[in-house]
Amino acid sequence: MIESHEPRRTPLYEVHVAAAGRIVDFAGWELPVQYAGILDEARAVRRSCGLFDVSHMGRFMVEGPDALALLQHVTTNDVSALEAGRGQYSLLTNAEGGVMDDIIVYRWADCRFQLVVNAANASADLAWLIANSPDGACVSDISGRTAMIAVQGPNAVSQVAEIMGAEVARIPRFGISESRFNDNSITLCRTGYTGEDGFELICRAEDAPGLWSALHSGGAVNCGLGARDVLRIEAGLPLYGHELTTETSPVQAGLMWAVSLDKGAFVGREPIAVEKVAGPSRRLVGIVSPGRIIPRQDYSLYAGGSKVGSITSGVFSPTRECGLGMAYVGSGYSQAETLEMEVRGTRHPVTIVPKKRLLVP
Amino acid sequence: MNTPSELKYTKSHEWVRLEGEVAIVGITDHAQCELGDVVFVELPAIGRKLDQDDPFGLVESVKAVSDLYSPLSGEIVAVNASLNDQTDVVNSDPFGLGWMVQIRCANPSELDGLLDATAYEAFVAEEGSH
Repeated sequence: MIESHEPRRTPLYEVHVAAAGRIVDFAGWELPVQYAGILDEARAVRRSCGLFDVSHMGRFMVEGPDALALLQHVTTNDVSALEAGRGQYSLLTNAEGGVMDDIIVYRWADCRFQLVVNAANASADLAWLIANSPDGACVSDISGRTAMIAVQGPNAVSQVAEIMGAEVARIPRFGISESRFNDNSITLCRTGYTGEDGFELICRAEDAPGLWSALHSGGAVNCGLGARDVLRIEAGLPLYGHELTTETSPVQAGLMWAVSLDKGAFVGREPIAVEKVAGPSRRLVGIVSPGRIIPRQDYSLYAGGSKVGSITSGVFSPTRECGLGMAYVGSGYSQAETLEMEVRGTRHPVTIVPKKRLLVP
Repeated sequence: MNTPSELKYTKSHEWVRLEGEVAIVGITDHAQCELGDVVFVELPAIGRKLDQDDPFGLVESVKAVSDLYSPLSGEIVAVNASLNDQTDVVNSDPFGLGWMVQIRCANPSELDGLLDATAYEAFVAEEGSH
């Protein structure tokens, strides 16, 4: 198979260029990192509504009488607990219990599922699913013929309802449903990566510019990858390649709520179960850094002069007006209130908080 | 891109305005645009002596950290303390309220070696084409 080294473009590329989005390369895709400015875009999502092109993410269908068995085998969460019209956050783990990706599994029907996965891992995830497929499961990649737009913020649901009908507000959190816009079929997922309410909308690639335009005209603010990163860090959400890698486990990452050890065998179950009982050697925590000292990936953390951890992600939070980040620290220190973070040779005090308390203390 | 004609410029994207013996220094409109939203500025202590091209501080945006280089030799006589709390002026008014340091020049003739507005614009255009 020949790997293309040309960066790929989503169905909304021309829309971004026309709107003066600043285009960068992300995971082999040309996408806007910002429009008006990263901080203003993040503020717009927290205050009203923002619009994100997330078409680069992988979207797969898994169907057939053995679809459930396949997904139970390769994911950590209990897919059998999913009702039709619902989704769940889950992990793909390897035989050592290391995280290969974090994903969302949606169930349309008994034997029909839809997966959304990270762009950087899409090829590997697809290959892994296919390699593990029994005869009665069919895995298909629908990424190329679809686009995905995230609409996020306190006004997001009402903005989408304005163009697709009031009934979309009845879709439950993590629900999946179908609606129409301009006589075209749209899939709505009430999920997101910002900590706000909203939808991730999946449409046919050719319908994406019209959908984006209608949402933008309704008042949603164009947002890029920079704002997306600020918002997910504020919300304490992990990013593959930073908080999650094959060298991290769900126990260390604090994601055991997305792992069902009781559902039966799955890839990596035994090492995860062992680590849960023994306790992990390190844990993922939230970091609050006062003023304008900003945590960055790989900054070291110290307790009394010894290195005890390092930052995985960090950003200046326009919502709290201080630095926020996440870090792995030795388990003995994860309950400690303050550590020191080294920035360009100087150590500054920072506070450990639970990841879900980064935004609202 | 805004490039006031009365200022001098460096290839590291600082600008200089000479007022008597004191040079006022900041980063250019091009620099603030490239950096994106500025969130932190680290400035030197008053009294610090610098040679031309010495690093004297840094500018941190949401996505990047960039060093500041002294356009001239001399002594820091003032710094813009308002940048400790509010950094958005660096983006919105880089040549005015976004000024960073004031240097008493040890050797004002160094100014002649800096770029004028036309030369700086040409430099930026050429940098951008690579």
